Amino acid sequence: MTGVVGTLAAAAIAYAALALAGYAAPNWLVPVATLAFSKGLVALGIVALMRGGLVSFGQGTFYCAGAYAAGMAMRSFGISDATLLVALGAIAGLILGLIIGPLLAGYRGIFFATLTLALSMIVYGILNKTYSLGGSDGLNLHAPSFFGYHPAGSESAGYALFLFTGLVTVIAAALCRVHFDSVRGLLSHAARDNEIRVEYLGASVRWVNGINFVIAAVLGGVGGALSALSLGHIDPDFAFWTTSGEFVFLAILSGYVSVTAVFIAAILVELVRSFSSQYFPNTWQGALGIFLLLIILFLPGGLGSLSLRLRPIRAKPSRAESENLK
Amino acid sequence: MSFRGFAAALVAGAGVLGSFTTSATAQDDNVFKLAFVAFLSGQAAESFGKPAVQGAKTVIDALNAGSLPKPYDKVGFGGLKIDVQLIDEAGGATKQVEELRNAFERDHVDAVLGYVSSGDCLAVAPAAEELKKLLVLFDCGTPRIFEENKFKYVFRTAAHGAMDNIAMARYLVKRGIKVADVGAMNQDYAWGQDSWRDFKGSLAQLEPEAKTKVELWPKFGAGQYGTEISTLLQENPALVYSSLWGGDLQAFVLQAAPRGLMKDRVVVLSASDHVLPPLGNKMPDGVIIGARGSNGQFAEKSPINDWYVAMLAATYPGLIPVQPHYRAAQGLLGLKTAVEKAMAANGGKKPTSDEMAAAMVGIEWDAPPGHIKLALGDGHQAIQSNAAGRSKWDPDAKMVRLVDIEHFAAECVNPPPGIKSADWIAQGFPGAKCD
Amino acid sequence: MTRKVDADFPKDHAPDVQRMSAKLAAAILIDGVIDASWLFIVAVGLTLVFGVLNILNFAHGSLFAVGAYAAASAVGWYYGGEVGPPFLGYLLMLGAALAVALILGPLLERGVLRFFYRRDEVVLVLVTYALFLILEDATKLIWGAESYYASEPYALLGNVAFFGLSYVGYDFALIGLAVVTGVLLWFGLNRTVTGKIVLAVIHDRDISRAMGVNVNRVFAFALTLGVFLAALGGAFTAPKISVQPGIGITVILLSFAVVVIGGLGSVEGAAIAALFVGFARAAAIHLVPWAELFIVYLVMALVLAFRPEGLFRRASARKI
Repeated sequence: MTGVVGTLAAAAIAYAALALAGYAAPNWLVPVATLAFSKGLVALGIVALMRGGLVSFGQGTFYCAGAYAAGMAMRSFGISDATLLVALGAIAGLILGLIIGPLLAGYRGIFFATLTLALSMIVYGILNKTYSLGGSDGLNLHAPSFFGYHPAGSESAGYALFLFTGLVTVIAAALCRVHFDSVRGLLSHAARDNEIRVEYLGASVRWVNGINFVIAAVLGGVGGALSALSLGHIDPDFAFWTTSGEFVFLAILSGYVSVTAVFIAAILVELVRSFSSQYFPNTWQGALGIFLLLIILFLPGGLGSLSLRLRPIRAKPSRAESENLK
Repeated sequence: MSFRGFAAALVAGAGVLGSFTTSATAQDDNVFKLAFVAFLSGQAAESFGKPAVQGAKTVIDALNAGSLPKPYDKVGFGGLKIDVQLIDEAGGATKQVEELRNAFERDHVDAVLGYVSSGDCLAVAPAAEELKKLLVLFDCGTPRIFEENKFKYVFRTAAHGAMDNIAMARYLVKRGIKVADVGAMNQDYAWGQDSWRDFKGSLAQLEPEAKTKVELWPKFGAGQYGTEISTLLQENPALVYSSLWGGDLQAFVLQAAPRGLMKDRVVVLSASDHVLPPLGNKMPDGVIIGARGSNGQFAEKSPINDWYVAMLAATYPGLIPVQPHYRAAQGLLGLKTAVEKAMAANGGKKPTSDEMAAAMVGIEWDAPPGHIKLALGDGHQAIQSNAAGRSKWDPDAKMVRLVDIEHFAAECVNPPPGIKSADWIAQGFPGAKCD
Repeated sequence: MTRKVDADFPKDHAPDVQRMSAKLAAAILIDGVIDASWLFIVAVGLTLVFGVLNILNFAHGSLFAVGAYAAASAVGWYYGGEVGPPFLGYLLMLGAALAVALILGPLLERGVLRFFYRRDEVVLVLVTYALFLILEDATKLIWGAESYYASEPYALLGNVAFFGLSYVGYDFALIGLAVVTGVLLWFGLNRTVTGKIVLAVIHDRDISRAMGVNVNRVFAFALTLGVFLAALGGAFTAPKISVQPGIGITVILLSFAVVVIGGLGSVEGAAIAALFVGFARAAAIHLVPWAELFIVYLVMALVLAFRPEGLFRRASARKI
């Protein structure tokens, strides 16, 4: 089974598996996985951009926008429904993406990276001094409700949020997979290889990059809103450049071949992080750095490219394919 | 991406998730699991986090040996030995919420005692309340915790920052120090904002002629204050006030003193006693120092204080006790009082969070800084006496001594129940019981 | 001892507006130049590394931090033990920076970076990001997680009064160090043979290689020089700050801003841009404090938006 139907079927099965796993898993693991999925969504956005050859070091802007949109909606307007809050996060990301995207359309390479970084730091700086939004202390959020259902007790609230986040994740992942396999999605690869040829052949690189940017922005906003609900606390550090760097790390680690790889990588990294402060507080970041170097050196397509080697027909990816991944 | 590969990867992932079925630690009814949270790394570690841990460890070891004077002579908490786990408060408020959740849900701790930074306190208190687990804040100073929220499971065993600033203003009056204008430098977060608001308000009541000339708000953890110092020098106020603490305060003093900012004017550092040991003779003389309570050199003689000072001297020779040591002890003794009261009510079993939360409301106990009472915040927020003094370097003892000390009773510098600190100050401290 | 302060306080309570503005302007000017000094030393290293190796080094801030820690350790040991004359401490700080460069420079270049030279410049950014993560933890492992204060050298050079403002001599010495560094660099690049070879490699790597230049050795040299400049900035800033984990994280951002504004690869650009950034920050803190945190990035974004090559980017032909 391939194509859109296959993707949707796989998504449904994946969700069922997740729901079961979440039920069986111990209590403390569920919020970790929920947060991992939220962050994975942002990384997925970076993957979408990476396919077009751009690396954004400023996804924190949209992550923060989504989080604060959800936070403000909850505190100022009393909205507690999770779907509404996440939708607001997506809209916040969308609006920002539509404004910023065209401004960044002409930039490539390190200029794109540093400009996105500068933008996220501007948001960080402004939020720190905006006392009505909590300044550097940020805002607290309470547990959300789901279509009127208010979970009682932290265990059921955690599982409900996990199911909700899992659903959003699986839908977003499936949609991304469908987009990546579509004609417009594949154009990103072409634009990455040689923009001039793509323009010559009649397609618009601006459109390709613009759409990728908006996708990344929306995913960033959704991820931010979900993280806000999962953590119960947001602060301007969401827009700090090291937060954006974490998402870039996830994106590089997982590569842009497989969408699933993004979330598996996210869970692994989140698990390591959750144990890190107790057992290895001063070495886990360095270990991640070393791992990143090894991935860039030996597996430039990311962990997801391992799945290419699993294909039954070819023993290993063709030269053209592995060259393409660099 | 083939469907097969996708589904295979997903099932593998779900399997990984599901395989974590053994919980990390088991419950044990003969041990009281306590998580203690303070800065183990970062700018506040040396001056604040490390002393807090030293104080906590000293008291916990003594408790487990049953060697405290009465009424604290029971082993551990009511016979249950204390198993303490340290958590690093560095990394930001959002991370602290995650750590708190892990502590309660993965490590099954019975209570969390901690939090130095007001920003962290504000973030974790709602989380603990949601989890319905006992959280005892032992150090952070922002009054907002119980003035803007109601909690059932959160308590604070130390007085909040309003008392520090009211006491500072009263100290100026008591010592006959009159100033024409004030320059302020505070970290831009809850603690700094609330401290300045309360000092400014108190000074407006007690010395109305003093005007605010300049307010500076560097970021928490900035560590570099060259331009701020230039601004203060250029504006030249007669009094410089700062609620800076930890490494930030150390850096500020080291950068400001050589430039003469602390000469020829009154300098008030509301929470500064903990930087005196690391700074030594680099702290100029005559600076007005607060310790956020009758801590360290301000502590008055009492059996429990004598015991504590002797224990610290024995465990850490040469150590000069400062406020973090004192507040850690005060927090542990308060928690002990609450747990033992709960155990007396439930027949001697290990109490649940609900039982402890119910028992802890409104308790009072004696600790090294004096008598502590949970009088505010519906019986969740402590009040205690306060003191202020001036710095003077003692070259023979090689330490900074506090001289010109004035003490203030708890009901003199803490608001009464039912009124917010800012309002109490603005109304001129109605009902304050000062001698 | 009770102080009666208002007797001493000057009678002209209503300040002389003219004098006040001049004093304020002077404060902004001096603070800006002091800030620009250490920023220039650090940023010029970053811009050189980019010019020669085409690497935008995310780890540059961490190298600054390593320099600061090394100097703090050296200073702590020296003044703690009262080993010799106080002014030798400055030489020790210089030595610390040199040691950092000679150890880390070749290690990073030969040990890590050379495996990635063929790759895209964005991939190299990611490599340096990984190096940043590694160095941050390495610093914590070697020096621990608490703060260091190397404050003795700060107070050694006495006080200087300018327009009624008090500064320490050290800050002005730092300005001097920045000027000397800039002049030496300019002279080295433009008037010595080695420098001209480096310039040649900056202009065109392949032709230089074709002309017989050992480009790999130039790379190693340039990176070591870059590390030295970062460590030098860190070493001489250490007495002014509290040396703690995380100082590299803000320094890298400011360095990026300076390098982007001044133009990647340009030494003069780094100097002008450093002054620009220094003044912007000083003006913000004195005049518009709420803008303090983001003013630099706003300027950086604006420059990137309207003149991405920066103020002084070397013109280079596009190769298809």
